[in-house]
Amino acid sequence: MSAPQLLVHEKKDTVGVVVVEGLKAGTEMTAVVTADNSAFKLKATMDVPIGHKVALTDIRKGDTVWKYGQDIGKAVADIGKGEHVHIHNLRTKRW
Amino acid sequence: MNGNKRNGNGKKPGKSNLHFSGWRRENGRVGVRNHVVILPLDDLSNAACESVAHNVKGTLAIPHAYGRLQFGEDLELFFRTLIGTGSNPNVAACVVIGIEEGWTQRVVDGIKKTGKPVTGFGIELNGDIATIAKASRVAKDYLQWASELPKEECDISELWVSTKCGESDTTTGLASCPTVGNMYDKLIPQGVYGVFGETSEITGGEHIAKARAINEKVGEKWYKVWKAYQDDVIEAHKTDDLSDSQPTKGNIAGGLTTIEEKALGNLEKIGRQCRYIDVLEPAEAPAKGAGLYYMDTSSAAAECVTLMAAAGYVVHTFPTGQGNIIGNPIVPVIKITGNPRTVRTMSEHVDLDVSGILRREMTIPEAGDALIEMVLRTANGRLTAAEALGHREFVLTKLYRSA
Repeated sequence: MSAPQLLVHEKKDTVGVVVVEGLKAGTEMTAVVTADNSAFKLKATMDVPIGHKVALTDIRKGDTVWKYGQDIGKAVADIGKGEHVHIHNLRTKRW
Repeated sequence: MNGNKRNGNGKKPGKSNLHFSGWRRENGRVGVRNHVVILPLDDLSNAACESVAHNVKGTLAIPHAYGRLQFGEDLELFFRTLIGTGSNPNVAACVVIGIEEGWTQRVVDGIKKTGKPVTGFGIELNGDIATIAKASRVAKDYLQWASELPKEECDISELWVSTKCGESDTTTGLASCPTVGNMYDKLIPQGVYGVFGETSEITGGEHIAKARAINEKVGEKWYKVWKAYQDDVIEAHKTDDLSDSQPTKGNIAGGLTTIEEKALGNLEKIGRQCRYIDVLEPAEAPAKGAGLYYMDTSSAAAECVTLMAAAGYVVHTFPTGQGNIIGNPIVPVIKITGNPRTVRTMSEHVDLDVSGILRREMTIPEAGDALIEMVLRTANGRLTAAEALGHREFVLTKLYRSA
């Protein structure tokens, strides 16, 4: 398999991590779930820096966001599939 | 878990096929470096210690900012850290210099319990110049004595290996932290002592950390430490919340968004199988035999590594994402990264490149094996990137302001 652009920890997750530099909007990414090595395709709809997250599905404002199969916070805006997920649209529920 | 010959899983460590050559000290512990340390009791004595280290080439002064007018628990931690540093098996012998003789002698007596050579000097009634002259003679004798100490072949079970990550990003949770976790899953059953800490950074993953204790009692002890941090430090001192420092600006630049996400990546360092067998105070030496321990530490890299070194750990494994460059004066700090951009832009700081995990060219178990090999090479004398670049961050943890 060619090197993936996106890695996802667990099947349950709703975000994945960009693992290549200079990812451009429109890229048809190969995504791999590290838990079982399964692969799927996902189109990035924005430029996303290495290490940053992409939504794997449409996420509604208020939805829990999942990574590592765990709750990592809630969406504070609607997020479209393939969009960049970061501090502008995801926050901890803790504070 | 009785005695020193049983690890946290209750198995007796057998003779592995993994060996390194190290220096066996008077108390039986094995060191992987052979430093003669010139240790200041206090900030005022840094200049004299640095002069001695300048006079006697090959000795190592470790200046620091404290040691005056501390009291209570903060003072106890200070002494434990200084005595632990001098007692670490990576130190062959130690000269202690302080402004006065009382507290200097307390540090000397603490280090002396290991059986290693140690001498203290007070500056008052002598002045810097006479003190430096006397201390330099002793330092020279120690250095020449240490230079002839033979190394011996040791089983990997004699190694104490600590971990703490820094400048984390999303790649640390995918690659470098699971690499350390895989190493612990393989080495803890061999009888290695391990330790992880970073109380503030577990926040968001506390349910997972509590469940990784060897039993409920240890889990409760852990939870008490974590809760005390929340109540006594965060609640007492916060101006808004932790969101401006946890995740840090560097973490956020690297793609980490929430404290939960950061904590989950951090906890990848303890692997899938091993469980911690006790919860240590900062700089407290482990006393329940081989196995993985938790230490209540700050998440600031230099403070944490300094505390773990003071507890007796001799090699440190340090996963980083965005490129933390930390070292320690007495303990080699092995830098592991999975971030290909960090490998490209900061290669001189990287000891082990595991970015192949992100490209699916390397598995986590392969990366774990590569790290074990790097730990052994480091134990055998390979200088880490941080050692070669002169990183000697020695930072004392301060609990509250001095009197």
